[in-house]
Amino acid sequence: NTDLPGGWCKRPPLCCRCRPTHGDLSGLGESVSVVLMGIALQVCHAACNGELYSRPFIESFEETPMLLAVLTYMSYGILTIFGYLRDFMREWKIEKCHTAREREEQKDFVPLYQDFENFYTRNIYMRIRDSWNRPICSVPGATFDLVECSSNDYNWTFEYTGRVVKDVINLGSYNYLGFAENTGACATAAGEVTVKFGVGVASTRQEMGNLDRHEELEKLAASFLGVESAMVFGMGFATNSMNIPALVGKGCLILSDELNHASLVLGARLSSSTIRVFKHNNMQSLEKLLRDAIVHGQPRTHRPWKKILILMEGIYSMEGSIIRLPEVIALKKKYKAYLYLDEAHSIGALGLNGRGVVEYFGLDPKDVDVMMGTFTKSFSAAGGYVGGRKDLIDYLRTHSHSAIYATTMSLPVVEQILTSMKCIMGKDGTTIGLSRIQRLAENTVYFRRRLQEMGFIIYGNNDSPVVPMMLYMPAKLGAFGREMLKRNIGVVGVGFPATPIIESRARFCISAAHTKEMLDRALDVISEVGDLLHLKYSRHKVLPSLDRPFDETTYEENEE
Amino acid sequence: MLKTVVLHNVLMETVIRRRRSDSVKMAAGQQWVLVEMVQAFYEAPAYHLILEGILILWIIRLLFSKTYKLQERSDLTEKEKEELIEEWQPEPLVPLVPKDHPSLNYDVVTGPPSHRIIVNGKECINFASFNFLGLLDSERVKLKALSSLKKYGVGTCGPRGFYGTFDVHLELEERLAKFMRTEEAIIYSYGFATIASAIPAYSKRGDIVFVDEAACFSIQKGLQASRSFVKYFKHNDMEDLERLLKEQEIEDQKNPRKARVIRRFIVVEGLYINAADICPLPELVKLKYKYKVRIFLEESMSFGVLGEYGRGVTEHFGVNIDDIDLISANMENALASIGGFCCGRSFVIDHQRLSGQGYCFSASLPPMLASAAIEALNIMEEDPGIFRVLQDKCKHMHKALQGTPGLKTVGEPLTPALHLLLENSTGSRTNDLKLLRAIVDYSLDRQIALTLARYLDKEERFLPPPSIRVVVTVEQTQEEMEKAAQCIREAAVKILK
Repeated sequence: NTDLPGGWCKRPPLCCRCRPTHGDLSGLGESVSVVLMGIALQVCHAACNGELYSRPFIESFEETPMLLAVLTYMSYGILTIFGYLRDFMREWKIEKCHTAREREEQKDFVPLYQDFENFYTRNIYMRIRDSWNRPICSVPGATFDLVECSSNDYNWTFEYTGRVVKDVINLGSYNYLGFAENTGACATAAGEVTVKFGVGVASTRQEMGNLDRHEELEKLAASFLGVESAMVFGMGFATNSMNIPALVGKGCLILSDELNHASLVLGARLSSSTIRVFKHNNMQSLEKLLRDAIVHGQPRTHRPWKKILILMEGIYSMEGSIIRLPEVIALKKKYKAYLYLDEAHSIGALGLNGRGVVEYFGLDPKDVDVMMGTFTKSFSAAGGYVGGRKDLIDYLRTHSHSAIYATTMSLPVVEQILTSMKCIMGKDGTTIGLSRIQRLAENTVYFRRRLQEMGFIIYGNNDSPVVPMMLYMPAKLGAFGREMLKRNIGVVGVGFPATPIIESRARFCISAAHTKEMLDRALDVISEVGDLLHLKYSRHKVLPSLDRPFDETTYEENEE
Repeated sequence: MLKTVVLHNVLMETVIRRRRSDSVKMAAGQQWVLVEMVQAFYEAPAYHLILEGILILWIIRLLFSKTYKLQERSDLTEKEKEELIEEWQPEPLVPLVPKDHPSLNYDVVTGPPSHRIIVNGKECINFASFNFLGLLDSERVKLKALSSLKKYGVGTCGPRGFYGTFDVHLELEERLAKFMRTEEAIIYSYGFATIASAIPAYSKRGDIVFVDEAACFSIQKGLQASRSFVKYFKHNDMEDLERLLKEQEIEDQKNPRKARVIRRFIVVEGLYINAADICPLPELVKLKYKYKVRIFLEESMSFGVLGEYGRGVTEHFGVNIDDIDLISANMENALASIGGFCCGRSFVIDHQRLSGQGYCFSASLPPMLASAAIEALNIMEEDPGIFRVLQDKCKHMHKALQGTPGLKTVGEPLTPALHLLLENSTGSRTNDLKLLRAIVDYSLDRQIALTLARYLDKEERFLPPPSIRVVVTVEQTQEEMEKAAQCIREAAVKILK
């Protein structure tokens, strides 16, 4: 076990079958793990590097039951056969083809996209697509109103009936801290700015679009993150895709987690540096790549790499897992690599004061070279930021694609972020922000525990407000969404290609705005639909822990 | 070496065998071949059989053994590896930016970025923001945005697929499609990401894109993301484009099977932001049908500017909009909101709803910004005279700037964003920029807000020459434009001597 030097020993692979033992968790949360996880839940924890963690790190990815995997493949097989059959019938004009057609004048052009590329869209996605893209017509808060729509041709076209489905419980929006509001301090402040400044800016940061409000926001963001300096950008996706190319280029190496978001992947690709992918949140895989990279240098020439940048996310929005940050930082220091941390989902949602994953693990923000995040989720606004040392931000100010070519962030949006961030920091003189963070942590732990007790397979970290629940079969993906909506609960389903083909899942996003009653209602409905669709797959028995009252959570306990 | 010798031997053997059996085949027919072979086997001397057996075994060994070891050259001991790791020193994450870097310290605007703007504490008339139609200051737009804010809040908290679609998004898409008279429109939450996402949604590895050299940065990034084969033609030079198309046609004739799956695109801007002139669209459409190439048109500068009803360069030339495969524009200039859109036939546009990265994976546009864009469209539809006013003002400004000593006006008379270039470059880009910046500063002191056109020097495919950008909007009066032109002239005389 000691073939890797530096005191790093091999740990079992990510989804290991191991039990939480008392010693592993540094004695901190042993009771927690037992109470929470029951006895035989598959748990991934910091076995050897436990001393790096100041809190229990409990993440579970229960193995897909073999029978289910076979059945899921079979259901895709059946769908594919029927797809071919229907394509055949469409070809021979037996069945009406609904897809848009190329113009007659351009029939002899090279086809714009290959027909088989769309096989999946046409024959599988189309049948369940009513679960996505549902228009809403209210604030995306704890509950929302949906525009009712129906389809008479199996989802090829939708008709809006003109009615509104009122008060649907929202388990789909990334409204972690509940700042999606149309009343209150944020909305009022944003409204005032709208009247005074208008919505557009019509110029770039470097030309005529740098307002004092933007600079104020950057200062506040820097102090919120605990970094020297910060810069904000108009779109979260573009923050990644337009800034990574400014940091690394030819002769540099990017080590990217296999489940990184499309924006990180695009940014890495646009940077024209070499990209290597390591297994999701797997430190052995990362360390091996780091060692090999430094020892062997660049391919063919064997010149040493100019620099190595590790790209990771704080919370992975499809898995609900949290980055093993203490280990990543130890590795990055040992191998002199740089770390780019995308906190799109974790900023505001983790840590006692909402400072994200760095605070969650009790680490120093200075150890993360590039702190990136978005304002879309916890702050209910739009855009993104990059924080770090002053020289980094100065460099981005002069070299970021966004600063030079993209229109600046809209001012009402800036105001929304300023106000919500001040609220989180307690600068508004209230404890609203803090209580929301606490509420979110409580809701998360409660919701996850209840789902596990019901026997669903839940992925991810116990503290992650993103809760993926496994459905596996494509038909259940559609059915689950519809059945939930029938019972006035809005959920999001995710399937291939966003997940591996057999791992379709429903994803719940917990918010601080959810009350206990809402969560209980949602849980009852989930249980009901789960029974209806036979979704309670888990083979691990989790004992209901009735002895633990709702508001007394691990979150508070562990801070002592 | 040994391997080749052995293989050679074996080959010889087979050849001899085959010759023998061939003659048998011809003489006695198929069924005798086997008998003959067995007989030959019996007749062969023992040493021959043994040799052959050894050869066969040898071949099997060669087949299954690795010819060379992959890891041979990196046979480092743990200790050596540790040393290498110890020795490796990476470059710093970013190079140090000198304190006096020309683009480190931005101009600071206080107050609304509208017609009258306060830059670095000085109140000026805005000749820098792309607020062509003055809609940024429109009370109607502001009130509509405010009422939308009161209904929806600010953020959408999700991408379009996951409850991030609002009824106003659908309304805006419908309105844009109707305004442009196309079948469908799709909106993005960021202007830059629009064309940069649209191009890679269609053009993939192996496809060919013909691009104008003056294409803006977001087009360049879209091309890079698409990993397609990019061929640049000289700016607005249709002969050069046709030369490239012909070359490709010859290439295609060599390999018609391959040619049948290679998609081809021409990507042009309606009104070039970097060159301030209009693309020759009618010629492009002719070439499109002649060589079967699709046209993507980026209209961020021309949407809401050119044409009788502000529909852009297609209307300006009277080109049928269905002949253009995809039109993209941002809503940050004429519409004075945020975001961008693509429009065209449903067959084309719908594909982006699952393949446009900036559409699928990004949070959707805040509803209040969509509402603002809808109201801006309302104003544009109600008062089409506004485009005429803008075009007249552009012509006026273009004329007024002619004959500025030492400065060259680049751009067509209809362009709302002109470039002023140095007539005689000092030979160094840095010095040129300093001179131009001095003119901008001089004007700032005299209530005229101008800006340098900024570029990433190292990233641009064809770096445009340094220039001052002069933007015309409908809010500027005749006197203000005269004043600006006068001020620039003074500055040029004083600074450029």
